[in-house]
Amino acid sequence: MSIIHDKIAPADQLVSLFEKSREILNRGSSPILNRMREVSIKRFAQTGIPGFKNEDYKYTNLKPAFEKSYSQELVRESGLINLNEVYSRNIPELDAHLVFIVNGWFYSGNKPGSELPNGVVFGSLEQIANDRPELLQNYLNRQAGLSDDPFVTLNTAFTKDGFFIYIPKGVIVEKPIQIINLLSSDENLSVTQRNMVIAEPGSRIKLVICDQTLSPASFITNSVSEIFAGEDTLVDVYTIQNLNNQSTAISSAFYKLQRNSIVTTGAISLHGGMIRNNLKITFSGDHSEANVNGISFTDQKQHVDNFTVIEHASPNCLSNQIYKNILDDESTGAFAGRIHVARDAQQTNAFQRNNNVLLSDKARMQTKPQLIIDADDVKCSHGATVGQIDKDALFFLRSRGIGEKEARMMLMNAFAHEVIQKISIQSLRDRIDELIEKRLNGEITRGHI
Amino acid sequence: MEGKEILKGINLEVKAGEVHAIMGPNGSGKSTLANILAGKTDYEILEGEVTFQGQDLLELSPEVRSRSGIFLSFQYPVEIPGVPMINFLKASVNEHRKFKGLEPLTAGEFLKLMRAKKDMLHLDSELTNRSVNEGFSGGEKKKNEIFQMAMLEPKLAILDETDSGLDIDALRIVAEGVNALKTPENATILVTHYQRLLDYIVPDFVHVLYNGRIVKSGGKELAFELEEKGYDWIKNGNDQ
Repeated sequence: MSIIHDKIAPADQLVSLFEKSREILNRGSSPILNRMREVSIKRFAQTGIPGFKNEDYKYTNLKPAFEKSYSQELVRESGLINLNEVYSRNIPELDAHLVFIVNGWFYSGNKPGSELPNGVVFGSLEQIANDRPELLQNYLNRQAGLSDDPFVTLNTAFTKDGFFIYIPKGVIVEKPIQIINLLSSDENLSVTQRNMVIAEPGSRIKLVICDQTLSPASFITNSVSEIFAGEDTLVDVYTIQNLNNQSTAISSAFYKLQRNSIVTTGAISLHGGMIRNNLKITFSGDHSEANVNGISFTDQKQHVDNFTVIEHASPNCLSNQIYKNILDDESTGAFAGRIHVARDAQQTNAFQRNNNVLLSDKARMQTKPQLIIDADDVKCSHGATVGQIDKDALFFLRSRGIGEKEARMMLMNAFAHEVIQKISIQSLRDRIDELIEKRLNGEITRGHI
Repeated sequence: MEGKEILKGINLEVKAGEVHAIMGPNGSGKSTLANILAGKTDYEILEGEVTFQGQDLLELSPEVRSRSGIFLSFQYPVEIPGVPMINFLKASVNEHRKFKGLEPLTAGEFLKLMRAKKDMLHLDSELTNRSVNEGFSGGEKKKNEIFQMAMLEPKLAILDETDSGLDIDALRIVAEGVNALKTPENATILVTHYQRLLDYIVPDFVHVLYNGRIVKSGGKELAFELEEKGYDWIKNGNDQ
C-alpha cells in the first residue's frame, strides 16, 4: 500500500507527479495500458487544465478545484466496504448484477461472474488487460485517443483500473449490471477511473452506474469510458451522480455505434459540487440510433455542465437529445450540444432540446446548441428554454386544494418525468422518482453530512 | 394587464341552491371576476370585499378557498404533462378531507369514488389514465373539469365559459353533469358569453357585466332578451 501525497495544482505539478510515479503506474499494469501513458502525458502537458479561454470549458472553470491538495491511490488498497453504510446513502437497490468500485479500483470482494451468461467477461480493467489483452487491444483508447480534451489525456496517462465488460455475439444480458462507484477517504483524494464496454453484434446490455461519496472529503474524479456498440446491439447506460458539495466530477464517455445499433443514455445528476459530463456519440454505421438524455438538480453553489457531441458520420441515423436542469439558490448549469452531420450522412435525423427551470433569482443557466451540417438531406432541430415554474399550472393545482409546496413538487416531478420515463428499467424509474422527491425535499443534501 | 382597472362595481349575493349567470361581451371582466374569486394573484384588489360563508375570502390562499368549498372550472384548462390525473385527484381529494378532519381515502376507496362519479357523469374511463389534460380535446378538458367538480363537491362552483369550444354533444354532457351535481346546499355561478348554455342549465338570476360593472340584473328572461337584442343594447345604454 502506498499513497502519494502531492499538491496537484497546475498542470506541471501533475506532469511532475507522473514523472515521480511512473514506476508505480507501470507496475502491475498491462503493457497495453502502459504504452499509452508517455504520449498522453505529453499531450496533456501541452494543453494543461482548461480555463475560460478554452471554448469547450468556458462555462465550467475547473482550475480552482485543481488548486487544492489531493492524495492519489496509485496502488490498490484492500479496504472492506460496509454494505449497510452504502445502502443508507440513497443508492437505488435493484435486481441486478452488482459490483463495487472503490476510489477507482474494482473492489476485490466482487463476484461479478455469477449468473452472467456464458462468455460474458466482466471485471477489473487492470486484471483483464493483464490476463486477456486480446479482448481489449483493438478497442482500447480507439475513441478516447482521438480526443483533445485535457482530462481525457490526463486520464490515459494515469489509468490503473476501472471496469471492463465484454458481451459476446448474440448474448442478451437480461438483468441490468449495476456498478456502484464509491468514493471514501478521510483526506482529499484524486481518483482516475477507466472503463470499457464492448458489445459484440446482436448483444444486449443495460448498465446502471451510481457515483456516491461516502465521506465529506474533497474528491476530484476523472473517469473515461469507451463503449463500443456492435451491429444490431441494444446498449443502455444510466448514471446517477450523488456526490458531496466538495467534490468535482469530470467524466467523459465515448460511444461508437455500428449499423442498426441503439444506444440509450440517461445522466441523472442528483447532487454534487461541480459536475462536468462529456459525452460523445459517433455513428459509424447506418440506421443506428442514440437517445441521449439527462436531468440535473442543483442548489447552493453547485454546478453541472453537460457537454455533448453527436457525430453523424453515417447516413440514416437518428439522434434524440433531451437535457433538463432544475436550478435553485445560487447554483449554475450549462448545456452545450454539438451536432455534426458529415457530408455523406444523408437522411440524418438529429433532434436536441434543453429545458431549464430556475427556482431562484440567482440561479443561472447557460445553454449553447451548435449544429454543423455538411449534408443536404437531413432533419435537424434544436431548442432551449429557461423559465420558471409554470404559474398557470401552479394556480390550477392550488385551486384544487393542493398546497403550494406540494403543487410545486408535483410540477418539478412532472418536469423531470419526461427524462425519467425514457429509462427502460421500470424498477430504476421508480427508485429515481423516489430519489428526486427526496432531492427536492432537501433530504439528499442532509445525507451528505 | 398591468395598471388597468378591470372590475369597478360588482354587488352580488349568491345563496345556497341558486344558479346565477354572469353574461357580458368580451373584455367586460367576466373571467377576471371568476379568477379573483378563486384566488389568482395576478390582480390587485384596490377595494371591496368578498364574504364566503362568513369568511373574508380575499384573505385566503387559493388552496384554502378550494378546501373551503370554492371551485373554479377554467375557461382554458391547463395541460400538465407528467402529472398523472389519478395522482393529482387523489392528492386533491385527500387535502379536502384533511381540511374537514377526515382520514385520507385508501387507494381502493378512492378508485371506488372515482368510478361512482364517472358513472354519474357518463364519462369514459380514459380520462383518468393520462396526465392532467395532456392531449385532451377541448370537450374532454371541460368534461374533466366537471369530473373534478364532482369529486370535490364544492359549495360554490364558478364555471368560466364552460361552453366555449364545445360541440353540442359535449355541451349536453357537461350541462347534464352540472345539473346532476346541483343540490339545495350548493350554488353555481355560470360565466358565459352566449345564451346557449342557459338552454341546458337554467339560471335563477342573470347579471350583465359590462366595463367591469354589473349594469343589469334580472331573471332568466334577461338572457333571452340579450340574445335577441345583442350586447349593443347594453353598450348603447351604458357608454355615455
